[in-house]
Amino acid sequence: MKIYVMSVFVDDQAKALNFYTGKLGFTVKNDIPLGDHRWLTVVSREEPDGTELLLEPSEHPAVGPYKSSLVNDGIPAASFKVDDLEKEFERLRDLGVKFTLEPMDAGTVRMAVLDDTCGNLIQLVEMVKGR
Amino acid sequence: MLLSVDDDQLDNVFKALGDPIRRRILGRLAKRPGQSLFEICVSSVAEDGRTLSRQTISQHLDMLERAGLVQTHWSGRTKLHTLDNAPLRKAAVAWLNKHLRKGNTT
Repeated sequence: MKIYVMSVFVDDQAKALNFYTGKLGFTVKNDIPLGDHRWLTVVSREEPDGTELLLEPSEHPAVGPYKSSLVNDGIPAASFKVDDLEKEFERLRDLGVKFTLEPMDAGTVRMAVLDDTCGNLIQLVEMVKGR
Repeated sequence: MLLSVDDDQLDNVFKALGDPIRRRILGRLAKRPGQSLFEICVSSVAEDGRTLSRQTISQHLDMLERAGLVQTHWSGRTKLHTLDNAPLRKAAVAWLNKHLRKGNTT
């Protein structure tokens, strides 16, 4: 068994596509019209055949309270791994991405949290060697 | 200087301080103000090496808030926690200092 797709609920698919490709740098894997919405997945450039991230519409009534409770407490909806957190942080900040948590030590990792502009917080993690 | 502090307020402050986890949370908030629940949980694990549930941390924060030692504000839609020293100062004036003054220096 493999994890082939995971989702984040996004307020607006077009806006999400813009953010996840234009800012974070993922590429579109699937973009299939599906009624009012799209089956829209992105993948990492470093792993085109890796796990897909589904940018799923926030339509279901349970999604609003779920997302806002997580954001209230600063809890990320998803976590992505980077090789150099400081470099990514600076690159994204220069692109106008808002960070709710700047890079900090967290035991065996360094981490930061950003706002995906679609109602989610996203964690970036760098594994720290020797910890 | 006369600061009116009733027993209930003093109880809340000393109770809030009567727990190592809460004292460590206060210490970290003093170093870095404006932390979300998530950040407080992450640093608890990273710095204390103890894994506490978010619910447990949340309960500790409630107690610190009730004592006035932690103030919250919103940054966008995220709730942030900051240390407020005022109740400590009041408790010092109303109780601690009095006894320190009475006693000798040993």
